[in-house]
Amino acid sequence: MTDAATEPDKIAGPTPDNALRAADKAETGPVLAADGTPLKRSLNRALRAQKIRALMLIAPLLLFVLISFIAPIGDMLFRSVENQIVRDTIPRTVAALTDYDAAAGGLPREEVFEAAYYDVFYAAERKEHTRLGSRLNYEQTGASSLFRKSGRGIEDIGEVYQDQFEDLNGDWDEARPWAELMGDPDWIAAQEAWDGNGTMPAFELRSDIAEILPRTAESYRIFARFMQNEEGDSPLEEEPWSVVHTALYQDVSAGDVSGYSGPRADMLQAAAALVASPDFETISFRDGFADIDEDWVEPEVWQTIKTYSPDYTSGYFLNAVDMQKTPEGPMLRDEDERIYGLLFQRTMFMSLVITLSCIMLGYPIAYLLSNLPSSKANLLMILVLLPFWTSLLVRTSAWKVMLQQQGVINDTLVWLGLVADDARLTMINNQFGTIVAMTHILLPFMILPMYSVMSTIPQSYVRAAKSLGATNWTTFWRVYFPQSVPGIGAGSILVFILSIGYYITPEIVGGTSGIFISNRIAYHISSSLNWGLAAALGTILLVVVLVLYWAYDRIVGIDNVKLGG
Amino acid sequence: MAEAILTPIEKKPIGFTAGVLAAAGGFAGLFIGTAQGSGLLGILAGAALMAVLAFVAMQVLGEALEKPVRWGLFAVAAVVGYLFNAIPGLIMGGLFGWFFGWFIYWIGMGRYRAHLVPYLTPGQVLWHYSFRVLCGAIFVFLITPIIVVMPLSFNAQDFFTFTPEMLAFDPAGYSLKHYRDFLTNPEWTNAVKNSLMVAPVATLISVSLGTLAAIGLSQSHVPGKRAIMAILISPMIVPLIISATGMYFFYSKIGLVGTYWGIVLAHAVLGIPFVIITVTATLVGFDRSLTRAAANMGANPVTTFFKVQMPLILPGVISGGLFAFITSFDEVVVVLFIGSAELQTLPWQMFTGLREQISPTILAAATILVGISICLLTAVEILRRRSEKMRGMSPG
Repeated sequence: MTDAATEPDKIAGPTPDNALRAADKAETGPVLAADGTPLKRSLNRALRAQKIRALMLIAPLLLFVLISFIAPIGDMLFRSVENQIVRDTIPRTVAALTDYDAAAGGLPREEVFEAAYYDVFYAAERKEHTRLGSRLNYEQTGASSLFRKSGRGIEDIGEVYQDQFEDLNGDWDEARPWAELMGDPDWIAAQEAWDGNGTMPAFELRSDIAEILPRTAESYRIFARFMQNEEGDSPLEEEPWSVVHTALYQDVSAGDVSGYSGPRADMLQAAAALVASPDFETISFRDGFADIDEDWVEPEVWQTIKTYSPDYTSGYFLNAVDMQKTPEGPMLRDEDERIYGLLFQRTMFMSLVITLSCIMLGYPIAYLLSNLPSSKANLLMILVLLPFWTSLLVRTSAWKVMLQQQGVINDTLVWLGLVADDARLTMINNQFGTIVAMTHILLPFMILPMYSVMSTIPQSYVRAAKSLGATNWTTFWRVYFPQSVPGIGAGSILVFILSIGYYITPEIVGGTSGIFISNRIAYHISSSLNWGLAAALGTILLVVVLVLYWAYDRIVGIDNVKLGG
Repeated sequence: MAEAILTPIEKKPIGFTAGVLAAAGGFAGLFIGTAQGSGLLGILAGAALMAVLAFVAMQVLGEALEKPVRWGLFAVAAVVGYLFNAIPGLIMGGLFGWFFGWFIYWIGMGRYRAHLVPYLTPGQVLWHYSFRVLCGAIFVFLITPIIVVMPLSFNAQDFFTFTPEMLAFDPAGYSLKHYRDFLTNPEWTNAVKNSLMVAPVATLISVSLGTLAAIGLSQSHVPGKRAIMAILISPMIVPLIISATGMYFFYSKIGLVGTYWGIVLAHAVLGIPFVIITVTATLVGFDRSLTRAAANMGANPVTTFFKVQMPLILPGVISGGLFAFITSFDEVVVVLFIGSAELQTLPWQMFTGLREQISPTILAAATILVGISICLLTAVEILRRRSEKMRGMSPG
């Protein structure tokens, strides 16, 4: 057999034998694989290939779950602290309020009112002031109506100036003269040439105007861009907002415009002369706001704006735990405004009761099933699995049918004479209804893990205990029960996790006293539109669930979850 | 399924039989008595009647006449029931008569001991049967709500409760009108159509991606296996309301809210844990040397997968798919948030119907859904047994 060609030592190429011999010879060297590379590296390479193959198989799903599930959850977490709406809507006011001391409780300086005038005016034109109003209304009742009112009344301040300029020269209320005064000549030519198709040439300020009339230039630019982008109108044909007249008054009274020599210079000089004359009527921004609503000259609204001006806020979380931000720091709300603490407590309490009732009802069933011969057990198992497979809404509607005042249970009790017809039991739209229906719905989730643990407990232990003289109770309590505890633990955590997040069943059979925190979250999403608070409540609930999930993973292991026996 | 007789049975002393029967009769009499006006009288009459019947059956007529006595009791009780309360009374009476006929002989002849080990004390026997009765009660609790819905869906009235006509088994009290409404009303037919459009596509996505990932996860060296598993199972653990909230925020940013694909994606994600769990469970029993053998004989990985591995894990894949299907078909919270009026699914329609309590058409829908779930349950059970059998065939 060992001719020259097959004799191990004569073959030049790698064989296992050669490698072994080589390794033997170089006693101190590393063990080599068949191809001469060190075995360690070769194994590592094979292992790495295997790992990469496994990861490639998992990657599509992992990516899918990350994008369509984890990212939304992350978005919700972000929303619970995000608060950019205040800065986005009233940036000037937020900037002017930086040195305002909210805790001192006074009114802010005139500059803040000025900034607020411009901000609220632009926001009102963009119809964003009501959104900000509803946002601040979560923190201070009345803010919503205050902002809505101000959106209508803010014109009054500018009209004081607009009317006087207009009386001086009708051109101040015309579109074209304004455009010539503020706009770049090239832009005017391009805008005139624009034939109504395609995008409008974007508005450009004339090069020197911003230095002479800074505020006016700024607000005219905002006006012109808004007209072009939002309304699709040419600024050449639209007379400017009254805020531009206010800015003009401020610029003319603050600086010297006599050096100006561009288009419409005479018109501007006349306006400057008018402003300088003693008859010119002015109004301070603070008084203007006071005219709109007295609330503007109370410190509260400014304190609220100041408190909620940062881009990120803990305000929603504080709300979610019945606290609120005040200038002095976080404080508990008044006794009668605390609802979420109670709701969290109730959710926890009811989930505990549901879990306990599931243990009480599930334990005997799991015990019976695991001690019956398997043919009988499989048959009875169907009675457990059928509710598990039946639509949640079917089971919930069934409980509605059963529990209501004219429902099956009450009818039966009345027919049996146990309850008088006029004293039917109230079993629905309260905590009792929720607990009964949810116990029924979650019972299979308790029975299945218990059953899988109990069917591994050998009968011989129980017999051994009895033959050694233990009583029935001792046998059960000291021998059988401790071995079934892992099943109880697995089932309990599962049922508890599922029940604290339940929404549908409490919504239908829970009334007002039997609802869970989930129902409040849904209410904030769809009715009150306080999404930040909904996100904060959701985040708290999520943290509770994740802690339990972690515990479950530790105790049971998630890959040990079994479905349907 | 007849079990072997473990204990020889013997006739019990008449005092014992009469006593037990009197107690049972008293208990039944309590209900009949209160229904008729006087509970106490019911207890006394029931106890006396049953004691006398037990005595007559055991001592006077004897064992040989068991069949005629039981039939007679059944007939007499049915007739008495009919005289009291027409058809419902007939049924109730018949049931009582049948039960007590059986019960007298079961107790009197000591048959209850037959299937129990001989050394049990009377207390243990009593506990054994009380435990069975307790478990029976829990099973009743589990199953009754599902059963009750079915007859109510044939209600001729627009009520959620039994009408007197229904209880009297009057054909006029029953009708198929809710089923007709379910099958013709565009609100319901559209809802069914939408559900049937969403669920299969979502199932397809979760099954195909989930099976691949489960195969990847079952390899021996996967870095971060625990963390990956935790992420993939999380859609089942995170409360639906939180998933729905997050999806509503996120999907509205990318323009998926109110679209068909938004719902499909959401449902696919929610179905994935079920696919992962069932397929990984099947793969635990999968013998890896089979794929190695296939590779050894020259099959490429794709052929190996479809010709060797897939047929063996198919039962697990299909039951995972059924789980994913029912998850999507039954899902309402996410749809409520990210759906739109044109995309109402069947559960959405049922939910709004329940909240506003419009019509018992919901009960017709519920009955049909119970039918569907029975079919699915049967399918999954058959697949599970098949899979177990296959696993038994392959070593390891």
